[in-house]
Amino acid sequence: MDATVLKEKSLHAVKSFGLPRLIITLFLLLLFIIAPFANVNIASGISDMLTRFGMNAVLVLAMVPMVHSGCGLNFGLPLGIISGLLGATLTLEFGYTGFSSLMMAILFATPFAIILGAGYGALLNRVKGGEMMIATYVGFSSVAFMCIMWLLLPYDNPSMVWGYAGTGLRTTISVEGAYLGVLDNFLRIQIGHFAVPTGTILFFAFLALLMWLFLRTKTGTAMTAVGSNPIFATASGVSVDRMRTLSVILSTWLGAVGIIIYEQSFGFIQLYMGPFNMAMPAVSAILLGGASVNKASIANVVIGTLLFQGILTMTPSVMNGLIQMDVSEVIRIIVSNGMILYALTRKQEATR
Amino acid sequence: MTRKLEMNNLKISPKELLINNLVPIMFICICVVGIPISGYSGSYLLNEILSRLGRNSFLVLSLLIPVMAGMGMNFGMTLGAMAGQIGLILVTDWNIVGIPAMVLAAIISTPISILLGWLCGTILNRAKGREMVTSYIIGFFMNGVYQLVVLYFMGSIIPIASSALVLPRGYGIRNTVNLEGIRKSLDNLIPFNIFGASVPVATFILVAVFCVVILWFRRTKLGQDMRAVGQDMEVARQAGIKVERTRLLSIILSTVFAGFGMIIYLQNIGTLNTYNSHSQIGMFSIAALLVGGASVDKANIRNVFIGIILFHLMFTIAPTVGRNLIGEAQLGEYFRVFVSYGVITFSLVLYEIRKKREAKKALEEAEA
Repeated sequence: MDATVLKEKSLHAVKSFGLPRLIITLFLLLLFIIAPFANVNIASGISDMLTRFGMNAVLVLAMVPMVHSGCGLNFGLPLGIISGLLGATLTLEFGYTGFSSLMMAILFATPFAIILGAGYGALLNRVKGGEMMIATYVGFSSVAFMCIMWLLLPYDNPSMVWGYAGTGLRTTISVEGAYLGVLDNFLRIQIGHFAVPTGTILFFAFLALLMWLFLRTKTGTAMTAVGSNPIFATASGVSVDRMRTLSVILSTWLGAVGIIIYEQSFGFIQLYMGPFNMAMPAVSAILLGGASVNKASIANVVIGTLLFQGILTMTPSVMNGLIQMDVSEVIRIIVSNGMILYALTRKQEATR
Repeated sequence: MTRKLEMNNLKISPKELLINNLVPIMFICICVVGIPISGYSGSYLLNEILSRLGRNSFLVLSLLIPVMAGMGMNFGMTLGAMAGQIGLILVTDWNIVGIPAMVLAAIISTPISILLGWLCGTILNRAKGREMVTSYIIGFFMNGVYQLVVLYFMGSIIPIASSALVLPRGYGIRNTVNLEGIRKSLDNLIPFNIFGASVPVATFILVAVFCVVILWFRRTKLGQDMRAVGQDMEVARQAGIKVERTRLLSIILSTVFAGFGMIIYLQNIGTLNTYNSHSQIGMFSIAALLVGGASVDKANIRNVFIGIILFHLMFTIAPTVGRNLIGEAQLGEYFRVFVSYGVITFSLVLYEIRKKREAKKALEEAEA
């Protein structure tokens, strides 16, 4: 009898943890266990994972507000990224350097994020129920539109524009001399191969704390109420549309900050089709962390980003070391999209 | 049911008519302004359009069946495209050429398409109400599986003899596969020229047959069931229609036809971009259908042809117009990408807004 109880209990635990998440966690553990046999240094593996966590965590955090207000997963993340890119390029154009350039980039990006987010939010309010598909295509259209703009906008800093024409921004622009590594190297811990980008992680922790606090304010609670039960929210005098717009603006702004943090660590601004496929990894990371189409917490962001980036960093090196065959790209595609499919087909959410 | 639809049509005001056809009207304007700027000759454009009509019609027509079943634009058509490509890779390896190669590729693609379509349909039945975004993600997901098969299994597990196909490392298919053996074999089967433009007669005949099949299919029991399911799933269920099975069949059919369509498409192009050809085909086909005035819940054969002509006219002239206007061909390229995505966005938004308005109207009528 004890055995059946135990079985039931473990089944329940698996169910609440989510089978895909369990498989991925075990897979990641397995990768770490076999890493030494593939001549992969675990310490550098973990620090790579932490670096990439820092790079991506804010972009994943950008999912949270929209999920809370019931707007679904933010497939329109590229819109936020574009605001961030505008901020970043303006900062370089004006020649800011060091830590102030990071702050200026965020500052410049903010008005764009607010304006674009407000428009995007107003659009999503008119298409309730079909948000995710439309968000995807809003993201794509805006990326394609900005491709035209990057060519036409009157930037003229020689380090950013095409050399021979003197106009049109380059596809990748280095942020060296500006904000490259200003957070990564802040209070950086370095022991041999093991390194921790303390500043970046602290910055994420700060934003996550703000988000956590915000969700507990009156406005934040109202936002969650709108997401979980719009009729009830309307009855208690909350404007559904306003809350949703606010959440979209927040998500867009976090996307803008997220890409700037990403560049800070990555070293380059990627324009043109660069932001095109950036929504999917962020979406699957938060789902991997245990979020669903209408529920997401800060813990989901942290766990999901760690797991997702862990898989991304560990699979190529371990697989290469073991079988001289790099299937990491395929694993990435299958894991990330499989995770999204799993979330889209879960019964309890299909009712919404 | 049809009578009800006709009544709705009568009530449409001129303003609504304009809004519903805004996308085609916009495209006509773009083309009217763009063609003189591009400076292309009439016979060149005619040649381009005929060739593009030939290669895209079958693919776009394959989208009609899921729309009938109320499942929206089938972004999962990329699955069929993958199946078609696998068929083509295999027949190329076996050194079969011409029409027999195309037929064999189609035969090989069919069971793969059925399997993938069944998988896609099963998943979509668990995601009712968000079929489009789900089928879209399925396309990405299966792209991973496709890469696994083509990039790692072919040449290692699946025997591939031709060294022209396999990567130098010994397994996996090269980035581009030369389809010289079947290049234009269908298009040029019945040679015919008009105003200096070659007409792919045999391809058009095949497309016409497919159109007739679709028209016939709408009248069959299964076709009627699909339309009933598309109108209202619950009502259809009450009437004894197996809703899930009907939806599943619509996706399987669409996937199989998309596979055939991809083979026709690639015989016109002549080269296969092993890892890219399929990923864009869904977006371009859907954009073309929407440009033709279709919406998520309503699409017919007329939309297919109007859409392909307008969309591909824009596609052909955009780079040159960009160069002649601003001196930058790249700008035209970006413009056409923007327009493709913009059209899909716009149509989706329009559909959602209309759906909401109709639901509200129905509610008011029920209350009154």
